[in-house]
Amino acid sequence: MNGSGTSAALAIETSGLTKRFGRQTAVDSLNLAVPHGSVFGFLGPNGSGKTTTIRVMLGLAGATSGSVRIFGQEMPAHLRSVLPRVGALIEGPAFYPFLSGAANLRRLDTADRHAPAATRRRRIAEALERVGLSHAANKKVRAYSLGMKQRLGIANALLMPRQLLVLDEPTNGLDPQGTREVRSLVRSLAGEGTTVFVSSHLLSEVEQICSHAAVMRAGQLVAQGTLDELRRVGLTHLNIQTPDANAARAVLRRLGLEPDGTAAALDGQVSTPMNRPDLLPENIAAALVADGVRIRGFVVEAGSLEDRYVELTGEGFDVVQ
Amino acid sequence: MLHSGAGPNTTAGSEPAGSARLEQPSAPENRRASAGWALFGSELSVLFRRLRTWAMLLALAAVPVLIAVVVRLAADEGGPGGGPPFLNQITQNGLFVALTGLVVSIPLFLPLTISVVAGDTIAGEAGHGTLRYLLTAPAGRLRLLAVKYGAAVVFCIAAALTIVVTGALIGTILFGTGPVTLLSGDTIGVGDSLVRLLLVAVYVALSLAGLAAIGLFISTLTEVPVGAMATTAVLAVVTQIVGALPQLDWLHPWLFTYHWLDFADLLRQPISWDAFGANALLQGGYIAVFCALAYSRFSTKDVLS
Repeated sequence: MNGSGTSAALAIETSGLTKRFGRQTAVDSLNLAVPHGSVFGFLGPNGSGKTTTIRVMLGLAGATSGSVRIFGQEMPAHLRSVLPRVGALIEGPAFYPFLSGAANLRRLDTADRHAPAATRRRRIAEALERVGLSHAANKKVRAYSLGMKQRLGIANALLMPRQLLVLDEPTNGLDPQGTREVRSLVRSLAGEGTTVFVSSHLLSEVEQICSHAAVMRAGQLVAQGTLDELRRVGLTHLNIQTPDANAARAVLRRLGLEPDGTAAALDGQVSTPMNRPDLLPENIAAALVADGVRIRGFVVEAGSLEDRYVELTGEGFDVVQ
Repeated sequence: MLHSGAGPNTTAGSEPAGSARLEQPSAPENRRASAGWALFGSELSVLFRRLRTWAMLLALAAVPVLIAVVVRLAADEGGPGGGPPFLNQITQNGLFVALTGLVVSIPLFLPLTISVVAGDTIAGEAGHGTLRYLLTAPAGRLRLLAVKYGAAVVFCIAAALTIVVTGALIGTILFGTGPVTLLSGDTIGVGDSLVRLLLVAVYVALSLAGLAAIGLFISTLTEVPVGAMATTAVLAVVTQIVGALPQLDWLHPWLFTYHWLDFADLLRQPISWDAFGANALLQGGYIAVFCALAYSRFSTKDVLS
């Protein structure tokens, strides 16, 4: 599972992928590289272009410019040979409310000409079993809860053995238990060699199951790589506990760091981002001690992925339109 | 519960699941794609499993039943007056109930039901959100359109047959049947007249197939099925109004409704195929043009629903 591979080792590759709706650019020059066998987290706040990217990847919408390759084959030109190998859950599940869960799966299975009719009944039963819906197979989807529909959507993606699963917000509407089950399902599929592309706005979800991730913001890719690579780029923080907080801040400023202001900080706590890579923590400690600052605690915190994510995508509702 | 054990695997169960999946890369190419009739079967089953479809067919069946009952009750009272063609013959021969039923339903009831089915084809899938799953299955856009149109045509046939069959049944029950005197004055037997009735049903279904093609095209323009249905129905009515305006008679032969009521030719002896041929040509033209329009629209459409 190498972040930098040749295109042959990539399950999905987009280059310069752009999608415009009128004057709005939903996806802007996207260069994604999803390695074979990875569990790839596609992160970004709502409205950052994740679903549009997935729609273009799967040939539902045309790209304004740029290209998409799945298994090295150009899309949507090779849609017919590529898509039977891809299972997808796109922007939530969608079913005929007047049909049962099993009848809905049968319907979608007949749409795939590569899905053998002889094994249809068995494959549907197995897919339902795998998502825990066997008991509701003959219930009309109208009577399904949101979580059950979500499971049925995942079952649809698993009707055939797939090499690539594209799951758009797979845990939406699921209770915590269901979320855990989806996670373990994704892990087991990945263990069998299936490449899983999961889009999510929930960082915790991606952090727990993914080997790789990409972060979108306002249609643009702002980061991509293995989770470790993404963490490494994140800022580390230095937290110091000292009775001489003001003196400590003065020393840190002299070193070129930007410690937090006095008002906001807790008494006896000084915190600063380590925005000077050349400055080693031990040298900072030495400088502090040399200036007579009494140190009770000195902690270098590696940047969490969450910090990195927020840093990349903006805080709270401050989402770029 | 989600089980993390062996998945839906088509390969031999003795193999470890992992290796089976890893071997998959070449599988879809090796596996021969089926002809794809299963999707058509599934489309028909979805169409005819809907309560709405049966409600519409039931409403159509009610038309000849209503006519027959009313005529039966009125026949006891006095002589026949005006009314639609064939109405006066009903009391002599029950089979004419079917023809009267068609004449009464052609201007509005039949086009309405066809508009519902044809307007729903693509827009309905888009509205449910199932269109994206059909297309990523992948159903193929041309194949999906063909299946959708095919099912709509099947409904056209079912709609016309519903009226003809219920009409013939209720007419036979209430008025009895016997040799039929045709428009040309000749008399044919019951068996031959049933064949003529079926021909008329085919004629009407063909007329409706043109409208269904228009509905299919309109359905590709929107994600709101009701909008597509209403537009198609309004178009059918407006076209008939235009067809009734003598000032626009240069336009009339080009309207898809122009031959809708001309099936009387099939009731002559020998059968005159002129109207059938002209109607087939006209509807064929509409079907070709609007199916092509539907494909050109749908093949490049961004499916965002």
